[in-house]
Amino acid sequence: MINFMALLSGLIFGLGIILSGMVNPEIVLAFLDITGNWDSSLIWVMASAVAVGLIAFALAKKRKQSYLGSSMNIPVATKIDQRLFLGSLVFGIGWGMAGICPGPALVLVGTGSHEAFIFLIAMLLGMGVYETMQARG
Amino acid sequence: MGISVNIYLDSIPWHAVAGGLVIGIAVTLLLLFNGRIAGISGIIGGLYRMQRGDISWRMAFISGLVLSAVIWKLFFILPEIHIKASYTVLALAGLLVGYGTRLGSGCTSGHGVCGLSRLSPRSIAATLVFMFAGFATVYWVRHVLIAQSG
Repeated sequence: MINFMALLSGLIFGLGIILSGMVNPEIVLAFLDITGNWDSSLIWVMASAVAVGLIAFALAKKRKQSYLGSSMNIPVATKIDQRLFLGSLVFGIGWGMAGICPGPALVLVGTGSHEAFIFLIAMLLGMGVYETMQARG
Repeated sequence: MGISVNIYLDSIPWHAVAGGLVIGIAVTLLLLFNGRIAGISGIIGGLYRMQRGDISWRMAFISGLVLSAVIWKLFFILPEIHIKASYTVLALAGLLVGYGTRLGSGCTSGHGVCGLSRLSPRSIAATLVFMFAGFATVYWVRHVLIAQSG
């Protein structure tokens, strides 16, 4: 059941990405191009997702277990440190170069895009580099 | 009065609002049923730890995302998609996105949607940083680099 809900959530998430227009990197880049022909779509996507999310997390806070009986894995870190800053900076640069972040990358691969496939392989490699460096300390 | 309200309503990209609500529903399902944050880089990144019992739900979620485009195509036509970046730029961008999201513990979904939804100061900071890095990169590519080379 846990796996089924994960599949369903991923599926609905992806349909939301397609419906919102964020599956098209050009729309994401148009949002990031604040001095160009700016497209506000991404802000509307985030705001409406957060509006639903606020309710979800308010409900989640009251629970010790999920509806399916698993533990609630909600992040506990509070420190705004150099890792958070540097990581987000590096991510933002990559995001600005191609207009693709991890969610749309997976959806785009599902459309059969070769470009997205190259992006995804490189992204998995980048994550592997991080894990390897972590393991070596 | 009525006319000005109509002009305002017309300027809202409703498909973006609708898509955001659908994403919010996906976040809600994974959170309340599975007790998990729908942060996509974190869900993929967790696979590298290879912990028993922690693989299949991640693969299921990832499969759902990939399948969404296939399911969409059964009922509707996909929207226009343009990827203009060269293979070299895509590969470099992918590397940075992969490394950066893991170092910074999240991406547009984990920090941007879920983190803002739980009003996490860390996620608000991260979201501001990657947004401004994105603004600066696009500014540099579109308005400095191209202006110089052109």
